[in-house]
Amino acid sequence: MTRRPVHVLGLGIASSLGDGAEAHRGWRDAVPVLDEARFAPHPLHPLAPLPFDKTIPRRESRQMENWQRLGTHAAGLAIADAALSERVAEMDLVVAAGGGERDAALDAQILATRPDEAGLHAALMNGLRPTLFLAQLSNLLAGSISIVHGVGGSSRTLMGEEIAGAEAMRMAWARVAAGSSTLALAGGAFLAERPEILLLHAMGGRLHRGPWVPMDEREGLVLGSAAAFLLLGPGPGMVQLTHVATDQGPPEASEARLDALLIDAPPARPGAIEIWAGPFGTPRPGLRLADQFGHTVEAAFPLAVALGAMMLRDGAPQIRIAMRGAFRGEAVAVLEPSE
Amino acid sequence: MRIAVTGIGMVTALGWGAEANWEAMLAGRSGVRPITRFDTTGMRTRFAASVDLPEDRPRHPVSVAERSRRLGEAVIAEALAQAGLEAPFPGPLCIGLPPVEIEWPQRLELNAADYPGLIEAASGRLDLQAEFLFGGTATRLAERFGTRGVPQTVTTACASGSSAIQMAIEAIRRGETDCAIAAGAEASLQPETLIRFSLLQALSTRNDAAEKASRPFTLSRDGFVMADGAGALVLEREDHARARGAAILGYVLGAGEAADKFHRTRSTPDGSAIIRAMSRAIADAGLEPSAIGYVNAHGTSTPENDKMEALASHALFGEAPPPISSTKSMIGHTLSAAGAIEAAVCLLALRDQMLPPTINNEDPDPELRLDTVPVARKHRFEAALSNSFGFGGQNVSVVLGRAD
Repeated sequence: MTRRPVHVLGLGIASSLGDGAEAHRGWRDAVPVLDEARFAPHPLHPLAPLPFDKTIPRRESRQMENWQRLGTHAAGLAIADAALSERVAEMDLVVAAGGGERDAALDAQILATRPDEAGLHAALMNGLRPTLFLAQLSNLLAGSISIVHGVGGSSRTLMGEEIAGAEAMRMAWARVAAGSSTLALAGGAFLAERPEILLLHAMGGRLHRGPWVPMDEREGLVLGSAAAFLLLGPGPGMVQLTHVATDQGPPEASEARLDALLIDAPPARPGAIEIWAGPFGTPRPGLRLADQFGHTVEAAFPLAVALGAMMLRDGAPQIRIAMRGAFRGEAVAVLEPSE
Repeated sequence: MRIAVTGIGMVTALGWGAEANWEAMLAGRSGVRPITRFDTTGMRTRFAASVDLPEDRPRHPVSVAERSRRLGEAVIAEALAQAGLEAPFPGPLCIGLPPVEIEWPQRLELNAADYPGLIEAASGRLDLQAEFLFGGTATRLAERFGTRGVPQTVTTACASGSSAIQMAIEAIRRGETDCAIAAGAEASLQPETLIRFSLLQALSTRNDAAEKASRPFTLSRDGFVMADGAGALVLEREDHARARGAAILGYVLGAGEAADKFHRTRSTPDGSAIIRAMSRAIADAGLEPSAIGYVNAHGTSTPENDKMEALASHALFGEAPPPISSTKSMIGHTLSAAGAIEAAVCLLALRDQMLPPTINNEDPDPELRLDTVPVARKHRFEAALSNSFGFGGQNVSVVLGRAD
């Protein structure tokens, strides 16, 4: 099958450093933004205050919580960055999503009172707000992006933590390359500062405890809030996404699978910059994404691709991204200047 | 290049196995019944089309994640056996699944009085991690059947099963694989989810006659009925299936989708998004609307959906749309699995040239002007359309074709 080149036409980033390309240009040397108190003993990188009220109509914002607002905001930045808002109706959307917010106060009340089965159900019937369900359903981030920005092509939401972020990028890239999509908006959003999110990631047993230290000096993972979306198309554009590959299997063979994903990749160019987007340190070389942003789970791989695209615009010769998920999954991507 | 179906698996409240389900559907049986899995005292809706397991214990039913895995495992095993294949499967798993999370029985078992205590108590519980990660259920299925690559776990709400079929045929068409498993598994029926859907006023409240509650296209329809279930298809390039001598059960001829930009829970008033999904699917199959001989409706039995679907059918097919039935009248709304189950139903209907009924059609809504097939009947047709319209505006239609 003939493959079209795939260009990065626009990117939208929001994180603990702020939003937009300018706020992230110096990300390699930025001082990490941390909150070590709110979920002590677990430090995390909180989301910067962002102007959601300027980019999301109030009527829509009321149907969301911050996770959906964050993703909707970043998707809008990508559309604006590409200056393609007149073509939203034909954009295909691929979102990597976790679950939205729970009502933490209601949960806490139930945990404190330990009701019996009937009491639990009564507490839920009386305490849950109807709109919260819409904020919580994973596919409603994509739904909110469609409603707020008018994105009207196909819409798919993938689940599966960080590898879902990589698979979303791969699916969008493959569809554009194969000609089955002319504009694909792909990315993910992750909001770390939520107790139910810390609970989920605590189960893996590797949440870092105590004061923050860099990845290569810690065993565990530190979570961070971020969203990143990329608008991909056949071009023209300054930056080409030349390779995206993913795999998954038993953890013991992960290293071999990760190596194999680069077999069909373009060779490394002199001065190529490597980015490691995984949650834990690794002997592999490269910039540690999670040192600046924390592990941003579904957003991690799209964030690495977006930052890489930004660095290419600023003159880097090649960006090579690799990631291994905390639970499962391996992924790589290569970005290069357009011919 | 056509994409052949060589294996089908199905589990619903009507039973385990595609043939058992098909027989029950042709007989017009209902799988909807009062919920016994948990206490429903005081709830607005106290019935569902559930698939209960021997492991369901009082106050500790099997979780959404684990029940989805069990149902998914059953239907994939059934489909692979029919296709004459076994693990390791030489292609990807594309599967529609519900979002999952730790549930109240597990939270309360951790014996903590607040979230910090819960986080501490859950630390290192790898069993809980594998069960409740968003990628956990699909990963366990992928490793059970030895599928290749990242399992594509999709949630487009009620369209998830159809999205999974679409992603599978795209991967085959792109040449990434010769075959794929397309599936959907659903088990969201737990107290908190039932309450959440009730708060949205999406569910039927016909508690005095549960088996009559799912009544698509009638005047007295009042909401959908939650259901457990799963469906799976083994998809292959036609030449791949023929080369290995597999029996071809039918074809997935095309798929189409369109996101609705109008509202989270309601369709664009003119039906344009769902019309677009249907017409894209038919065009993708290389057919004209007149070639569609049967529509398996999304047909949820909500006032809104059935009205919009009828409107879209008339817009697309003209004054006399093909027969359109909703098997949700019997098996309820299996949400993430509905697209996979209903595509399988279309394939069985095409095979036997029999239309499954819309039961409970005692007071058809005259404004809809549809032939909703109140009783199963013979019908000559070559292609069927399966509709899935998701909560949140994600609409997918799939076209199925009869085996030669």
